[in-house]
Amino acid sequence: MATNPGKPIPTPTLETAPYWEGCRQHQLRIQRCSNCHQYQFFPRIYCSKCFSEQIEWVNASGSAKVLSFTVVRRPVSVAFANEVPYVVALVTLEEGPQMMTNIVGCPPEEVAIGMPVEVIFEDWSDAISIPKFRPRR
Amino acid sequence: MRNRVAIVGVADTEVGVVPQYSATQLYVRAARLALEDAGIGKDEIDGLITCASWAEPYLYHAEMIAEYMQIFPRYCMGAPAGGGTTLAVMHHAASAIITGMCNTVLVTMADSQVSGLSRDKAVEMMSTAGHPQFERPYGPPIPAFYALLARAHEHAYGTTAEQRATVAVACRKHASLNPAAQMRKPIAIQDVLASRMIADPLHLLDCSLVSDGGAAFIMTSAERARDFKQKQVYLLGVGEGHSHEHVTQALSLTTSAAKEAGARAYAMAGLGPTDVDVAELYDCFTPVVIIELEDLGFCPKGEGGRFVEGGRIELGGELPVNTHGGLLSHCHPGHPGSMFSITEAVRQLRGSCGARQVEGAKIALVHGQGGIMSTHCTAIFGSQPV
Repeated sequence: MATNPGKPIPTPTLETAPYWEGCRQHQLRIQRCSNCHQYQFFPRIYCSKCFSEQIEWVNASGSAKVLSFTVVRRPVSVAFANEVPYVVALVTLEEGPQMMTNIVGCPPEEVAIGMPVEVIFEDWSDAISIPKFRPRR
Repeated sequence: MRNRVAIVGVADTEVGVVPQYSATQLYVRAARLALEDAGIGKDEIDGLITCASWAEPYLYHAEMIAEYMQIFPRYCMGAPAGGGTTLAVMHHAASAIITGMCNTVLVTMADSQVSGLSRDKAVEMMSTAGHPQFERPYGPPIPAFYALLARAHEHAYGTTAEQRATVAVACRKHASLNPAAQMRKPIAIQDVLASRMIADPLHLLDCSLVSDGGAAFIMTSAERARDFKQKQVYLLGVGEGHSHEHVTQALSLTTSAAKEAGARAYAMAGLGPTDVDVAELYDCFTPVVIIELEDLGFCPKGEGGRFVEGGRIELGGELPVNTHGGLLSHCHPGHPGSMFSITEAVRQLRGSCGARQVEGAKIALVHGQGGIMSTHCTAIFGSQPV
């Protein structure tokens, strides 16, 4: 289990609990609208496109492409000081929604816009695992 | 709203590192200096707007400042967030005056991010802008959010590090002509590129300052404005645009809601980008200026990097930008950031800027943005009604 003293550990809410339960099981869950078939992330009570309440949780493929990225050299807080340089990225999931993440499993200089990546999970506690992405194998 | 209200008093406090005043004292000092500039007493103020302070927060901030000043407004509002919102209070103040809710509004904003908080504490507080569950676990400091935009713009349009650096160089050049600015030593493109990398591709000198300071302005109806001692500056147009809060939800990383904010402000004013003599743009990071220049119509999409080259945004250029030095070199105390753009625009239109005066400036555009290119407001001011 990764150590993470002082890191902002997420607190699941009524709305996000299914997402974090999925992460705990190492499955990336997003929402899909049964009415208009749009996928969405962040989680919401209604579909952000047609405003239907027919929202279901589905497992995403975990495949994504890098939309943009940066290599952080000055850490946001002392909790991240041991990790610099680290890659903060936006990725576009195969299903469409965007996510923020860290790209891990390769040197920062190998990350590029458009690079195919796949989800992995970093266990922060018994309840919380954080989805990160690595170059697709 | 066009031509209906005017700014009749402006002031900045000392800015930079100002340990001799607390955050609250900076709000009240800015207010007092603006009242002096307008030539009126505090009892003539019947509307008050402030922004939230990080160093000295109060749940009812505007009410607290009113209490501190012992003024008893009939219109009182605190703006909770920075950048776009703190500029947007412009039209709330104007609406309050036009609808008769009050006659004379004082807008005062300040904070003490260095002396009241400390640089590290301020940087850490800023990062709470990230979504607590879906962004902050990945450790993005604020420069990282903007680096994502810079990288995307670079990828889409070939914008270069040198072009971004040109923005910082222009702001510093203007700050060198402004005795009040926090950072006044001129820099060259090479200095920006050689400065420490914070979040690729943004260097230290691509990032704005962390500062103490405050600014205030006083607005009244265009009719009443004629009775004040200062040359009045008219609000010609104002507009907002909103696309997201968290950058993860941005519909585009390279085009912002500045496009809508600008279009709405131009439409109200009946003016366009070519009418603007001087622009005070939100420059929390250098790539933001490049995107704003495009989205506000000063150049086509993707051309912002080339637009800033060749001295075009410097004094004497086609469109002088951030003549006071901007957030990059004048000061950036957080929420009040846009206020210094307003006070500078008013001084430019009064013709009182001395060495950094844009000759014959008649129309000034101010743009503020907050969040991560999330919330936008554009205001257009004139030395005369249009």
